[in-house]
Amino acid sequence: MCQVGEDYGGPGPAELQPKLPWRGDCFKAYYVHKFRAMLGKNRLVFPGEKVLLAWSGGPSSSSMIWQVQEGLSRESAKRLRFVPGIIYIDEGAVCGQSPEERAKTVVEMKLILQTIAFPYHIVSLEEVFNLPTSVLQPVSQGPRGFENTYKEAVDGFIQQQQQQQQRAPEEGGGEAVLSDEQIQEKLRQLSTQDPVGQEEVAGDSLPRPAQTTALMTLFSSVKTLTAREELLQTLRAHLILHVARVQGYTKVMLGDSCTRLAIKLMTNLALGRGAFLAWDTGFSDDRHGDVVMLRPMRDYTLKEIAFYNRMFGVPSVFTPAIDTKAPEKASIHRLMESFILRLQAQFPSTISTVYRTSEKLVKAPRNGDAAGAATARCLLCMCALDIDSTDSATAFGAQTLERLAQKLSPAPVLPTGAPGRPCCTKGTRLQPGCCRDTRPSSEREEPRASFIEQLCYSCRVNMKDVPFLEPFPPYILMESQCRSQRAWEKQEVQEFLFEESEEEALHPLGFSPQF
Amino acid sequence: MPVPRCSGPCGGVRPAALRRPRTGGAVCRSCFCNAFEAEVLSTLQTGRLLPPGAVVAVGASGGKDSTVLAHVLRALDARHGLALDLHLVAVDEGIGGYRDAALAAVRRQAGRWRLPLTVVAYADLFGGWTMDEVARRAAQEPGRARACCTFCGVLRRRALEEGAQRVGATHIVTGHNADDMAETVLMNFLRGDSGRLARGGTLGSPGEGGALPRCRPLQFASQKEIVLYAHFQELDYFSEECVYAPEAFRGHVRDLLKALEAARPSVVLDLVHSAERLALAPAARPPPPGACTRCGALSSRSLCQACALLDGLNRGRPRLAIGKGRKGLGEEGEKQSCTSKDSSGGPSRAGAIQAF
Repeated sequence: MCQVGEDYGGPGPAELQPKLPWRGDCFKAYYVHKFRAMLGKNRLVFPGEKVLLAWSGGPSSSSMIWQVQEGLSRESAKRLRFVPGIIYIDEGAVCGQSPEERAKTVVEMKLILQTIAFPYHIVSLEEVFNLPTSVLQPVSQGPRGFENTYKEAVDGFIQQQQQQQQRAPEEGGGEAVLSDEQIQEKLRQLSTQDPVGQEEVAGDSLPRPAQTTALMTLFSSVKTLTAREELLQTLRAHLILHVARVQGYTKVMLGDSCTRLAIKLMTNLALGRGAFLAWDTGFSDDRHGDVVMLRPMRDYTLKEIAFYNRMFGVPSVFTPAIDTKAPEKASIHRLMESFILRLQAQFPSTISTVYRTSEKLVKAPRNGDAAGAATARCLLCMCALDIDSTDSATAFGAQTLERLAQKLSPAPVLPTGAPGRPCCTKGTRLQPGCCRDTRPSSEREEPRASFIEQLCYSCRVNMKDVPFLEPFPPYILMESQCRSQRAWEKQEVQEFLFEESEEEALHPLGFSPQF
Repeated sequence: MPVPRCSGPCGGVRPAALRRPRTGGAVCRSCFCNAFEAEVLSTLQTGRLLPPGAVVAVGASGGKDSTVLAHVLRALDARHGLALDLHLVAVDEGIGGYRDAALAAVRRQAGRWRLPLTVVAYADLFGGWTMDEVARRAAQEPGRARACCTFCGVLRRRALEEGAQRVGATHIVTGHNADDMAETVLMNFLRGDSGRLARGGTLGSPGEGGALPRCRPLQFASQKEIVLYAHFQELDYFSEECVYAPEAFRGHVRDLLKALEAARPSVVLDLVHSAERLALAPAARPPPPGACTRCGALSSRSLCQACALLDGLNRGRPRLAIGKGRKGLGEEGEKQSCTSKDSSGGPSRAGAIQAF
């Protein structure tokens, strides 16, 4: 009998958890309510804001899009009030699909996208080779802590929108400082076209073969499936971020369900990402500053989503993932997934327990370390670095000791790059070892060492499985060079700088809070 | 395939005897043992775990971890003059067919190394309750797992504390290795134990409210390397697993960890690193420690967990202190403290813990 209603009238009961049979309408009400409650409780989406929905074709993200569509429709009570767009990333190249299969999948996607009247962007993963280095640079949000209430935040947002519209009246969204031509240029780089009205027609849907080859070279050079998965997630996140920024979306909704997030949490623990669990699995992920990633489906189990999709005919498309058909022991992700699902069968509260524990995680450095703004960010995952090279009473310290003990000769010291006696006179050509070559010698001799220094613990562990840096997309390599150059320059002038006082760090504009 | 030369500090003088599991480098026996001992020393020094002059109670179970721990501490003390006064403290949980043989191994070690040995038995300390008796009681509740390890773990820590105080120790060391730490963090997430997650992670506890400071010098050493070290030093230890081990939840996690290690060898240290960096909400952290109203031990509630568990056992409700909702704890205990045998015919329960 239905848990909520007393009668037996509706479509057959669905057994979702033991002791909780549902009738169809009650289930729908419960399902829709959860979605609204998740958005309403967190109060992060402002009316009129542009929100990008990331769609993989799978059941969770399809369900999410369906919920948004229903929520925006005129008939729904208290309808949602944001402006959605959809992004689909074609990862067929790394998942072993041929160009024909990819084209077929894209056609299937478009059929569904056309029934949903939102603007959409179909982007292939090869586009990472065209990304600018600005993707890797965190955007600071300025003095944030004083917008306490939701109302104030909404007012602030609306003010911002009005200012943008005054500056650029001919376009509805987009970055305020970019003109129309600049937007078109960026879009050409992404080979999509500017949305005119509601429909969007993707440009050349297949990327250039050279880029596909470059992408496949990169992924096949990675030795383990675990590292390949992580790399794919990183590149995907960068691509979504870039499209969101260019098109003026300030929020991105990801379709991760409760089940997937529980698995992701345990997997990230095993990958060494314990410091970042709140960002990786929490409702909101604000590591990029201007674009916030949200996870509105995080309260739904896969089972609930599957039932809903079946009962209400939510369309989805199956696409192979990078680890489809891989053996169970092939990667940490697969192992953890099968472990959790097996354990769930034996102890039915496993996933909800992990979920509840994940809600207790906070986005703060442990033991209240230095203010977040000052710490460096990882080059790839853009979280604050969690490595403290001075404290060797840690797991990281123990590993460093092992590595040093293993070498016969002492490890190459990363020099400050200060030139010694001049080795040449003016007018001679610049040789690599020359005193006038002002790049740090670590970069000259070992670009990989300085690259690794810019990564967090788990990205470093992944890089052990990546033997060569060259196949990486240019934006990553350029940003790495830029950062090491900047670090070297700072070290050069370190002795002349005054230390930034604590007060200045908290109030960069010199304003003190009014209490 | 020819055996490679050692890649350690000896410079390839000797042929390699093993490949280090975590780093994959081939080393000879003496380079490996030296490196292993150097790493333990580094853990002790950088964490400032054992100051000179410390009286150290080594929790000795007869198993490989505590055997290696005692051996390494002894060697480091002799070689580097750490000025440590080492005592072996063994705990007799009363598990027939297992603990007796393990204790025999500890006695042999104590004789060989000429270290003082103290044995603390549950039966003496906890009013006649042995683990076998506890297991029999807990098994009476149908349909649920026995949770023997829950009882044993809590009571053992209490017993270790008692033993350490008997020998006048200033520090307690245990042989937990990196694999144990990794399993613990996975288990804590799977069981939702946010209190332990918030508390744990690094170098043991500093010793608050009268409890002795505890540390784990082997906590960055992998289990495989401990076994290799014991093999190369030809140490005599007891290697069977506890009779109740197959029922333990930790078994699932142990299998998972083995499989993860095959996929990525560094996963154990990666998990330890994750555990060190967890950031939990302040509300999830345990309340500041006080003292148990019955035995005076360190406790965050009015009754310490050992007293609470024993209370449950004595009242014929073994699961009273396990899980949430401990209503009814500590109420009846005061009224019935005079009787020597309770109604269900269990061992006498004069109070909770008998102090010396």
